[in-house]
Amino acid sequence: MTRKVKSIVITGNGTNCEMEMAHACRLAGSDSTDIVHISELLCGNKRLDDYHFLNLPGGFLDGDDLGSAKAGANRILHVKIADGKEKLYDQFIRFIRDGKLVLGICNGFQLMVKLGLLPAFAGSYNDQTVTLAFNDSGRFEDRWVYLKIIPDTACVFTKGLRGAYLPVRHGEGKFVTKNAAVLRKLHEKNMVVAQYSGRDCLQAVMDYPANPNGSIDGIAGICNETGRLFGMMPHPEAYLHYTNHPRWSRETLPEEGMGVAFFKNAIQFVRSKDF
Amino acid sequence: MAYRIEIGFKRGIRNALGEKIKRRIIEHLQLPIKGVETVEVYTLDGEFTRRELELIAKGPLRDPIIQDYVINAAIARQFDWLIEVGFRPGVTDNVGKTAREAIELLLDRPSHSFGVYTSKQYVLHGSINKSQVEIIATNLLANALIERYEIVCGKTWDAKRGMRPYVPRVVEEGKLRIEQIDLAVDDRALMKISSERMLALNLEEMKTLRAYLQDKTVIRKREKLGLGKKMTDVELECLAQTWSEHCKHKIFNSIVSYREEGRPVRMIRSLFDTYIKRSTQKIRKRMGDNDWCLSVFVDNAGVIRFNDKYNLVFKVETHNSPSALDPYGGALTGIVGVNRDPFGTGKGAKLILNTDVFCFASPFYAKPLPKRILHPRRIYDGVREGVEHGGNKSGIPTVNGCIVFDDRFSGKPLVYCGTAGIMPSVISGEATHTKNVCPGDLIVMTGGRIGKDGIHGATFSSEELHEGSPVTAVQIGDPITQKKMTDFLLFARDRNLYRAITDNGAGGLSSSVGEMARLSGGCELELENAPLKYAGLQPWEILLSEAQERMSLAVPPEKMETFLALAKKMDVEATVLGRFTNSGNFHVLYGGKTVAYLSMGFLHEGLPRMQLRAQWVPPKHKEPDFQEPKDMGRALQEMLGRLNICSKESVVRQYDHEVQGGSVVKPLVGASNDGPSDAAVIRPLLDSFEAVVVANGICPRYSDIDTYHMAACAIDEAVRNAIAVGGTLDFMAGLDNFCWCDPVESEKTPDGQYKMAQLVRANMALYDYTTSYGIPCISGKDSMKNDYQIGDTKISIPPTLLFSIIGKIEDARKSITMDAKKAGDLVYVLGETYDELGGSEWFAMHGYIGNSVPMVSARRARKLYRALSRAIRASLVASCHDCSDGGLGVALAEVAFAGGLGMEADIRKAPYKGKGRNDYLLFSESQSRFVVTVHPDAKKSFEQAMRGNVIREIGRILDNDAFKITGSKGQIIIDENIQTLKDIWQKPLKF
Repeated sequence: MTRKVKSIVITGNGTNCEMEMAHACRLAGSDSTDIVHISELLCGNKRLDDYHFLNLPGGFLDGDDLGSAKAGANRILHVKIADGKEKLYDQFIRFIRDGKLVLGICNGFQLMVKLGLLPAFAGSYNDQTVTLAFNDSGRFEDRWVYLKIIPDTACVFTKGLRGAYLPVRHGEGKFVTKNAAVLRKLHEKNMVVAQYSGRDCLQAVMDYPANPNGSIDGIAGICNETGRLFGMMPHPEAYLHYTNHPRWSRETLPEEGMGVAFFKNAIQFVRSKDF
Repeated sequence: MAYRIEIGFKRGIRNALGEKIKRRIIEHLQLPIKGVETVEVYTLDGEFTRRELELIAKGPLRDPIIQDYVINAAIARQFDWLIEVGFRPGVTDNVGKTAREAIELLLDRPSHSFGVYTSKQYVLHGSINKSQVEIIATNLLANALIERYEIVCGKTWDAKRGMRPYVPRVVEEGKLRIEQIDLAVDDRALMKISSERMLALNLEEMKTLRAYLQDKTVIRKREKLGLGKKMTDVELECLAQTWSEHCKHKIFNSIVSYREEGRPVRMIRSLFDTYIKRSTQKIRKRMGDNDWCLSVFVDNAGVIRFNDKYNLVFKVETHNSPSALDPYGGALTGIVGVNRDPFGTGKGAKLILNTDVFCFASPFYAKPLPKRILHPRRIYDGVREGVEHGGNKSGIPTVNGCIVFDDRFSGKPLVYCGTAGIMPSVISGEATHTKNVCPGDLIVMTGGRIGKDGIHGATFSSEELHEGSPVTAVQIGDPITQKKMTDFLLFARDRNLYRAITDNGAGGLSSSVGEMARLSGGCELELENAPLKYAGLQPWEILLSEAQERMSLAVPPEKMETFLALAKKMDVEATVLGRFTNSGNFHVLYGGKTVAYLSMGFLHEGLPRMQLRAQWVPPKHKEPDFQEPKDMGRALQEMLGRLNICSKESVVRQYDHEVQGGSVVKPLVGASNDGPSDAAVIRPLLDSFEAVVVANGICPRYSDIDTYHMAACAIDEAVRNAIAVGGTLDFMAGLDNFCWCDPVESEKTPDGQYKMAQLVRANMALYDYTTSYGIPCISGKDSMKNDYQIGDTKISIPPTLLFSIIGKIEDARKSITMDAKKAGDLVYVLGETYDELGGSEWFAMHGYIGNSVPMVSARRARKLYRALSRAIRASLVASCHDCSDGGLGVALAEVAFAGGLGMEADIRKAPYKGKGRNDYLLFSESQSRFVVTVHPDAKKSFEQAMRGNVIREIGRILDNDAFKITGSKGQIIIDENIQTLKDIWQKPLKF
């Protein structure tokens, strides 16, 4: 018998892409998908342990008032579950150690980075080594971008993908590393998964607007060493059907949007594993 | 004790915000600045150890990769000048609030034991003098109304010491006081009371109040409760608010005598009843069993049926005066405020889209500005950013909008914000579009706390504010507090935990509870229970406060416990403030003592009707006498670069138009995702292809000639925009939003009768065209005092009607966009062109208004729209673009360059009745026209589908960059490159 895949999409405190993220999980074949308000986790009604695939959607956690997802990361690090036995962060770490999947998109990626969940070299989860800074343009922008997907990474979510076309919708998406060594290590360990590119999805680019925020080496998304934790600024959940494509009225496109593949890979992976 | 934590960027890290400020200083203020850095400052007011401060700075406040921090010292080292900008006491400080919550979690310490206040430093490099720095501070960085600033000279700077902490805590004398106001005085004294207390009530209304307190039965009842023959300040303020123009729409409900030469005097009892309501009634009657209107005019927003399971809710409002004073805060509050309208309609709707329309003066305005007016560029930037933060942070896509420029909007910009929502049609067996409150239900307020925000709104002037007093004139919205509240309330709604919901907007509790109490027949409201931001509010202030992010609810007693428990769990404040009754009275208490006791009937129906006079004398403008230009290509270029025509991409991109995942027709379309879409289409239910279409029409320039045709054109524009993407006349509802200059004749407004006649005429058109098109208005709004008057300077806006459409498209996949699709496609013009250039962009460019305003033939338009909708549904149309500002010439060019394809067209073939001038044919703004492209294979079927309508094939799409137009004598009059045209069109507002 194959495993029933259970996906969780966390919402609350300013998250706003939960609906389409859950829809993506369902389209990809997730057997059960719950949109869970963070208060449900905090009061102990729901536990991360009961799921296989954790989705951290886009939005503005606490308004991104202290910097994107900063206050959100602070909450996960310090807030206690109602029974007082553990912190929410402990559940996150257990979830990861259990070998389950975490996908952070946009604000979710910012959250993972600021929590130290990505890149988390050698599983050092509480050490932030990269960040997503203000866009070079100094403004929030909604625009579609081409992505080169690096083929030989461990990333579970991008298996079989070579490129993608998805929207970015952020003001703080410029990927920056603590130093050159961190950047080198990311490349060496094949943890760079997605880079902003030209229309051919072959070459990473630095020029605006193809690289919409000035990210170093055009980095749009990274995974951890196991490939099970993945974060990306562009929104795969925003392209689930061809009518989402900005030029669907003038191009012939497959029925299914390009974003679904990321989620299908995740569901398939979970189905094939024992936890 | 107060501490300062400063956060700055590490050396070598790009400071994008600083660069943006630098650009603005150079571009807006023309000051030679070399560089700007920014520093975030958090001032903590409370007891903290050094270790704790370190934890705070290193933890939630600083990003270790790119930022450094210092505690009680300064980040800024060498500079020429430094400006620090912080909020005045009592101004909403969203970042401060978030920081406080983060510290509470981090240190496990209750947040009421300390305060956090934020400010920002701008570190300037460049050789500028002190007075230039003052200009930067006052004209760009700080708004004196809500912010304070401090300037430091680099020469005297001591970085070790830094700046002293400043805590903008509200310090108020907390003495409770209920004033008793004697209204048994003469007329002059009555008017003095009205003006001194800023009640904005006229003599007639004041006299009605006086008479109320002379009624013996009223007095007897009052005496039993400890009140007497005098009116309390709570009552007086509550009545003034309830009877305000804003709440009671006195002008729209007045009795108008309308005169027009050669016609008998017409008496109109309520413009609203006569023209707006009656039109909707007529249309609904005509629809009979197919009537999809569910709730019109009675609630915060209109409700229509979407399908068997869901309803749509839609509302558009304005927030003009606050946006003139504080563009950012005003616009932010405007958008999060209108969000609460559909949210507070019926049982409450989930919000699915925003649509925004702004009217500004030119951002390049170079003449001296009257006193207290902010530069239009500053208003443009502030409003744009306020709506960005309000919309994006609320997770609601901004799918559509436009910007209209006219220098008469310099006194008051118009900031229209609209929001639609979706709600299940039935929850727990009850219809969701109606409201019901039962006696015994509890009054509950949720969301933010109450401060002095917005009391008496914009009537205050900054001079009357003093250091230490909370700023009441302007409110700043807090989208995240509101999002948390709406997340919670949708849960509560789906669990059926409350009976009714409404929003707290203008008039605060007085209005929200007052309105809901009409449904049960009374209420008892205890103000002492209300949660306050800070101490020192008087009862009348608590009742009237317009503090944002609050909803009022009626909760059945048996559900109270569950409701409050859910609120607590989801970290949302909810407080019981009393109960609804059927006593027939609006009863307000403070600490158990009655402070207001008014009969519901008097409160809501006691207002005497205004009597207004209107006289229509058609204006005569000079007819232009300029010749047809020799170089039409150049003329087209100039038109494409006009502010009202050029691309608004830089604004559009800064709004998230795709969140929630249902985007179908985006605001930017075409080969390079940069063509100007006519309307928006979204799928609110991701597992269905049923779609919502939203469009707007607005054309204030035509008001200079005749507001009747201005209104007709606005309605037609909204309709044809919706038709152009695939909408249908069978399923469109309208919203009317009138923004007028004061039409009440007075010393200040000697031309009141003319302005009132303009209002009457716009309403007549509204009736004529909505009934003819069969588009029921389901809700609307008016803002009647859009004048600026200080001293002898008066600036009145041109009368403006925004007509907004919400409709349904059965299958999203059948919707279309405006960009040319393929070389070889045929270009058609649909609809007749006349020499209607009165009020056009073409005339405006030459400094003329003219007289031949575009007129709409509803009969012909209706027929055309029906045929076109059918053709689009049958997939016969490749692209469709409406002709509006700039007419045919602009529309043809936009279709070509949005498609990245060339075009050749012979305008001699275009349906035209006029003098034969090429410039008139190209730039006339005749209504109800489209440019359509059709694949050659579909030619026959398309023409058949359009039979009986005025359409002509005039050219074809080319596989190159050429844009060629053949003119009246058969010669090529325009031969341009589409990339060049696009560049010119994109350039003006590429900020």
